[in-house]
Amino acid sequence: MADIVIDRVVKEFGSFRALKEVSLNARDGEFVALLGPSGCGKTTLLRIIAGLETQNSGRVVIGGRDVSELPPRKRGLAMVFQNYAVFPHMTVFENVAFGLRMQKTSEAEVKRKVGRSAALLHIESYLDRYPAKLSGGQRQRVAVARALAVEPAVLLMDEPLSNLDALLRLELRTELKAVLREAGTTTIYVTHDQTEAMGLADRIAVMYGGKIEQIGTPLEVYATPGTRFVGGFLGSPPMNFIRVACSEGAARIGNITLPCPVASSEMEIGLRAEDASLAPIGSGIGFDVRVVEPMGSHLLLTGSIDGQLTRIVVPPTAKVAAGERVGLTVDPSRLTWIDGATGRAVVRA
Amino acid sequence: MTVSASELREPAPSRGLTLPSARRLLLWTGLAVLLAWVLVPIYFVALGAFGGRLGVFRWPKSIWPTDLSLAPMLQFLAIEGVFNALINSLIAAGSTVLLSVALGAPAGYALARYTFPGQNVYRLLVLLTRAFPLAILALPLTVSFIRMGLYDTPFGVSLIHTVLALPFAVLVTQSLFMGIPREYEEAAWVFGCTRFQAFLKVVLPLALPGLAATAIFAFVISWNEVFAASILTVRERTLTAYLLKILSESPLHYRFAGGFILILPSVLFIFAIRKYLFAVWGIASK
Amino acid sequence: MPARTSWIPYALIAPSVAFLGALFLVPLVQTIWLSFATADGLTLANYERMTGDLNFSLAVRNTFLLTLVVVPIQVALALAMATMVSKLEKGRDLALWILTIPLGISDLAAGLAWLALLQNTGYLNSALYALGLISGPVGWLSQETPWSLFAAIVLAEIWRATAIVLVILIAGLQLIPKEFAEAAEIFGAKPWTRFRKITLPLLKPSLQSALILRTVLAFEVFAVVYALGGRNFPVLAGEAYTWQNENQNYGVAAAYAVLIMGISLAATAVYLRVLKTRPEQLP
Repeated sequence: MADIVIDRVVKEFGSFRALKEVSLNARDGEFVALLGPSGCGKTTLLRIIAGLETQNSGRVVIGGRDVSELPPRKRGLAMVFQNYAVFPHMTVFENVAFGLRMQKTSEAEVKRKVGRSAALLHIESYLDRYPAKLSGGQRQRVAVARALAVEPAVLLMDEPLSNLDALLRLELRTELKAVLREAGTTTIYVTHDQTEAMGLADRIAVMYGGKIEQIGTPLEVYATPGTRFVGGFLGSPPMNFIRVACSEGAARIGNITLPCPVASSEMEIGLRAEDASLAPIGSGIGFDVRVVEPMGSHLLLTGSIDGQLTRIVVPPTAKVAAGERVGLTVDPSRLTWIDGATGRAVVRA
Repeated sequence: MTVSASELREPAPSRGLTLPSARRLLLWTGLAVLLAWVLVPIYFVALGAFGGRLGVFRWPKSIWPTDLSLAPMLQFLAIEGVFNALINSLIAAGSTVLLSVALGAPAGYALARYTFPGQNVYRLLVLLTRAFPLAILALPLTVSFIRMGLYDTPFGVSLIHTVLALPFAVLVTQSLFMGIPREYEEAAWVFGCTRFQAFLKVVLPLALPGLAATAIFAFVISWNEVFAASILTVRERTLTAYLLKILSESPLHYRFAGGFILILPSVLFIFAIRKYLFAVWGIASK
Repeated sequence: MPARTSWIPYALIAPSVAFLGALFLVPLVQTIWLSFATADGLTLANYERMTGDLNFSLAVRNTFLLTLVVVPIQVALALAMATMVSKLEKGRDLALWILTIPLGISDLAAGLAWLALLQNTGYLNSALYALGLISGPVGWLSQETPWSLFAAIVLAEIWRATAIVLVILIAGLQLIPKEFAEAAEIFGAKPWTRFRKITLPLLKPSLQSALILRTVLAFEVFAVVYALGGRNFPVLAGEAYTWQNENQNYGVAAAYAVLIMGISLAATAVYLRVLKTRPEQLP
């Protein structure tokens, strides 16, 4: 078991700065998800931790040991790859045993540890098969079993579920969470899928443009996004941003006045779709409904407030039709105020 | 990389079924003619090889195999120099295989896995060889080969044959290694392998069939080459050089026996690597 | 790990660079140098001797004639073969294997195979005799019958080296998504139009490499010619061989070599120019 300290890591590909002084700590046994759109640097950061890429500057410390200059094999970690990287010329057993054999583990130990790891991932029944005969989900189980078999101090996962279909992804996600909790391994998990990150991680580091925008528990990053990007990236539908002008400590939105956290500035109000509710007719913020999409568990309304695109979620039983103008009430304490110029959230006064 | 001929099959059924019967007949006739065109000369050289002295001068000839025996072939192999030439050919081809794979595969790996300044210059050097009649380059080598003791040795011949085979080996192994996902190697590194161990344990087993095809290709190139082999040898001739030398003075049935021995391994080898043939040339002709 | 391991690719290509340097670039320069070197320093004497030789103009003519006749036929035949094979439902692998057998056959063996057919008491004459067209063995491959000798060499070359064009073209055809032809078919293009407007333009890069390779090899042609006609049909590579091995005159042999290389490079340059494909035109 080990903690991970990433200290001001910089990575450049030619003139492109993929990582701009990224720092991150993961506690022993913690599950940290690196979440962000493609090209944000999350995979590069993971590969630097693994030793598959070399940072231009900065340090990676695992369990108190500076591994910045060590090759991958000496870092004491295991990894699950996006395309599984299950060796096609070896049986499932040999795949799972690969890391143990490289450590010159005794045959009896190999058998025991492979058996345990296989049992954890429910792959005992096809240990003598070759990967070509396995489905994507089965291969991914093998990849995870191979990583856990070596009982690594640190487990790195690079979009391990992204090549699976939706149902399988859900199933494996749940299982992964249980298995990793039991193993207690410090895990860094790269994904662009927010539901994966939210569901699995103890903490989420949202990355954008080679930087960590915000790091916090899933609830923190969801409810109190630190930047406009985080609010817009997390949540489905994403957070609404409504431009308002604050003057003398108040902002008008529709026919409602809200207290501003700062004296005067161009501000944006971040509003989660589920944080607004339908108001009695004739009151609340005016919302012009353009499209109504019944999603089963809720209705998704797309329309505008003061001419600005807004999406709102209401109960499935609500009586709303396209073309209507309805009123919305919002809880001011759940709004996020974002500085229009910097894109950063303003701490409520 | 492993685009096999059978993968061509996919679009066929629908179109094949819609082919009107007249055009179908035409197709099969045309194909039969082309197949016969390829096979008939081989058949006749085989008849000539096993028909012996009498067979060659029989007039008029029957196209059916009559009076065939192994004796003429064994006689041919017993001629002084033939067996030696055969061995020399095998040595030259074997060395060519070893050299071209040993020199070409690392370069192919470098091109497949790394981006480095100068790689385009290197690629150009490799492609440049294609625009030259390479065997002709054996001409000036005579003098330096004599000086180095390489003249009139199968190994010396294999050096120039390697120049012929190396560009293929580089380009084919490059695409071969490109077809093996980098992730496999990275996984091996993470799980405790050095770069070399990862190559041995993961990349090599996966590349082996393709490397075998490359090797066979190099073998065929060397086995068949006439010009350089004839220039660079006097007594230790390869089979092709030997046959060329005795061409004008040897009886016909010996020539046919020699021709048949030359053809036989090629036919078998082409069969062995037929799956890779199109991939090899698809890559090498880019 | 670029920063730490940048020497690795260089170490990997170094052996082949050294090898090609020593056995490709050096002899290349040597050949050129040898062709000019004479007892009186660097002169054109070797070239004068080469062009003054009786066989020279014959060899130039024959080589060009052979190339101009053989290469286009090979390309057309290979295209026909590829089209036919692509229409097969069954036996495609077998047909392809048989059609590509000559790929592994040396030019010498090819010459010998056709010698078995065309020699005086060979199978062609036997067949003609059986049909009552000739009354006894007829010589086709002698100095007195230059045109039938030429035809025999053309046949043997087509037989031997069409396979390589076929393989390159099929490899190229595999890269063309079949949706293009299907789209054209939906818009009403007939097979011939589809071939001309879709397949052929997309096949241009493959055609180019096939043509370069075949043409370079055609100027090198030598053993087929020797197997069938001995020295009755002089070609450039054959003259180089004779000057080197029989006349022991390395200078004139080198001059021939430089000539062959010059022609090959010129042909390559022409193909690269005429069949130029802009990358953005490829799928």
